Amino acid sequence: MSRQAGRGTEAKKVSAELFTLTYGALVAQLIKDYESDEEVNKQLDKMGYNIGVRLIEDFLARSSVGRCHDFRETADVIAKVGFKMFLGITPTVANWSPAGDEFSLIVDNNPLTEFVELPDGHQNLNYSNLLSGVLRGSLEMVQMEVDVTFLQDALKGDNTTEIRLKFIRRLEDALPAGEE
Amino acid sequence: MADEALFEFLHMEVVSYLFKTADEEKCIPILENMGYRVGHSLAERFTKDSSRFKDELDIMKFICKDFWTSVYKKQVDNLRTNHQYLAFPCGLIRGALANLGISCIVTAEVQNMPACKFQIMIQRSQ
Repeated sequence: MSRQAGRGTEAKKVSAELFTLTYGALVAQLIKDYESDEEVNKQLDKMGYNIGVRLIEDFLARSSVGRCHDFRETADVIAKVGFKMFLGITPTVANWSPAGDEFSLIVDNNPLTEFVELPDGHQNLNYSNLLSGVLRGSLEMVQMEVDVTFLQDALKGDNTTEIRLKFIRRLEDALPAGEE
Repeated sequence: MADEALFEFLHMEVVSYLFKTADEEKCIPILENMGYRVGHSLAERFTKDSSRFKDELDIMKFICKDFWTSVYKKQVDNLRTNHQYLAFPCGLIRGALANLGISCIVTAEVQNMPACKFQIMIQRSQ
């Protein structure tokens, strides 16, 4: 079987469940291992970062997306191509800052939380924090330093899930950053 | 639809995290248990509309054909997967079988890359 054969877009719904459940098992393990939610968030972000710096290569190889001309274009590509390719969803890009350096991704039906209920006592846990790291890591590989935070999380009872991305600076140095 | 590459990278991170934080002899059981948990849930979801299985053979056929192809698509041919770390899929099979009422021990061995042989020992209560 050639490598491409497994790379179609057909019937990958099931691996979504495998992914979702495996991610759940990971978060459960981290909660066992760490004392505070903040430490779990940090660890998830770190793992997401490591995934992001690798995932960007897959993204660039498989999408025909070229260089983005501005941050607005980047936002669209993240939502419509990136999220679509890897998670099968298309978040809405919204709430631009006047300066155009900050926007939100509104995620309805977050696949990571499909089978999840947050138990009591984990108000500070950002369950899907892996996504922050993935965004941060992958954008860093295309010379953009961004700050990623969860503003709202439907899992905690908010109306929706809102991930905020803030452009910090353009990285001039194209050398790959060391992995953590 | 989630992406295969994304899953592989996640699995890599899980393995590398465990090997960094836990003692080596503890990593494998933890990883295996995570697989168990996932396999157990997956079997629950995949069988919710199927009729009752006739016997053990019927269940094993289901695991080899439907379950495996649904989870990993046709073949497990992931070049990126490090074949040392087969604890997760072992746990996955054990969890799925446990859900279907079969208690077993699952081990894996790699003789010729990239083929991998899973051995399932069914434990029958006397």
